[in-house]
Amino acid sequence: MKLVGFIIVCLTGGLLLYGTGELPAWGDPNSPASTHLSDDYITLALEQTEAPNLVTAVLADYRGFDTMFETAVVFCAGLACFLLLRDFRPKKDHYYRHVPTGVMLHVKNEARTVRTGREFEDMDREWVPSDTIIKTVCRILIPFIQIYALYVVAHGDFSPGGGFQGGVIFGSSLILLAISYNLKTLVKRVTEKFLGVFSSLGVLVYVGIGAIAMALGGNFLDYGKYAPIFGEHHIRALGMLGVEIGVGMAVTAVMVIIYINIVSEGRHDEGL
Amino acid sequence: MPELLDLIVDKYNYWLYIVLMMIGLYAMIGKNNLIKKLVGMNIFQTAIILFYVSIGYKKGATIPIIQGDHGHGAADAVIKAADYINPLPHVLMLTAIVVSVATFGVAMALCVKIYQRYQTLEEDELRMRLSEK
Repeated sequence: MKLVGFIIVCLTGGLLLYGTGELPAWGDPNSPASTHLSDDYITLALEQTEAPNLVTAVLADYRGFDTMFETAVVFCAGLACFLLLRDFRPKKDHYYRHVPTGVMLHVKNEARTVRTGREFEDMDREWVPSDTIIKTVCRILIPFIQIYALYVVAHGDFSPGGGFQGGVIFGSSLILLAISYNLKTLVKRVTEKFLGVFSSLGVLVYVGIGAIAMALGGNFLDYGKYAPIFGEHHIRALGMLGVEIGVGMAVTAVMVIIYINIVSEGRHDEGL
Repeated sequence: MPELLDLIVDKYNYWLYIVLMMIGLYAMIGKNNLIKKLVGMNIFQTAIILFYVSIGYKKGATIPIIQGDHGHGAADAVIKAADYINPLPHVLMLTAIVVSVATFGVAMALCVKIYQRYQTLEEDELRMRLSEK
């Protein structure tokens, strides 16, 4: 099997390498990819869309449909992880640790939760001693990471950034919380219901902006039709910001959904 | 031989991406472990991303963000297409990266499910377990 695979790989690679002779040179301004539509995008995008970041202009305006379904793909990935892994059976074993003495309690086959006093902390099967340095550094860092994520989303049409990038940064800040503390801390703060609603709300914001433009008498995702409400000034850039916020919401929630479901095998109790 | 060397030096971006892509393809075909196959798939996707980004590059051009003042008088300034690299491959790859993360997440979820059921991720052992039933 390995030999057959190696031969296939060598043949495919050889064929592709042979084909490189026909491809345009590295950085050639007159290559086919950089001539036809690309020039129009570069020269006309600022005038037509008022967004200096051409990548965002193409992403959210010229190719708005593509990005909408891309967001739907991300949402479907989160949904697939949830449906594949989510396990609603109640947890059988509970572990508690008496903080002053360090004694551990193991409650077996207890369906209802045990009410504990202040001295007891809920713990995972294997207790990891809490590291003050890691916790403190993460607690200081997480708000700044989140502010940066919001900045990346908000400045998507003026500087490098956008909904996908900002959403991933925001989602990873929440994952950092789960890694530095434990999974329960994250699940307690960001509930599963909230994540589900937030991710579908993100897709809804995107589709809604497109549909309302239709209701106002334009095409789907024609941001120019919002001019009577928000004014003429930079209206297309404003519409792009709206859909980017939708994308950011969906991506943030889906990242956290995928992470929680995979690390806890769908039980949402303990994980990395 | 010198011609081949010239070809490599001329088109080294394509050669790099093809080598990387073949590493990924070999991992997907030859490796026995499902997680290693997934890593191979990710290498493959990265190679394609490199290919697209290298296509979008133009010599002497800068990133596709229009420079200068974007006030009301900005429309008078002439924007030359040769000054900015091609934004389209960047857009396509931006979405491709997100899709690769999404596919990787779903694939990991499937791996977790397979492991829960068969206690292994090795392909030959999986095939053995399946044929036992």
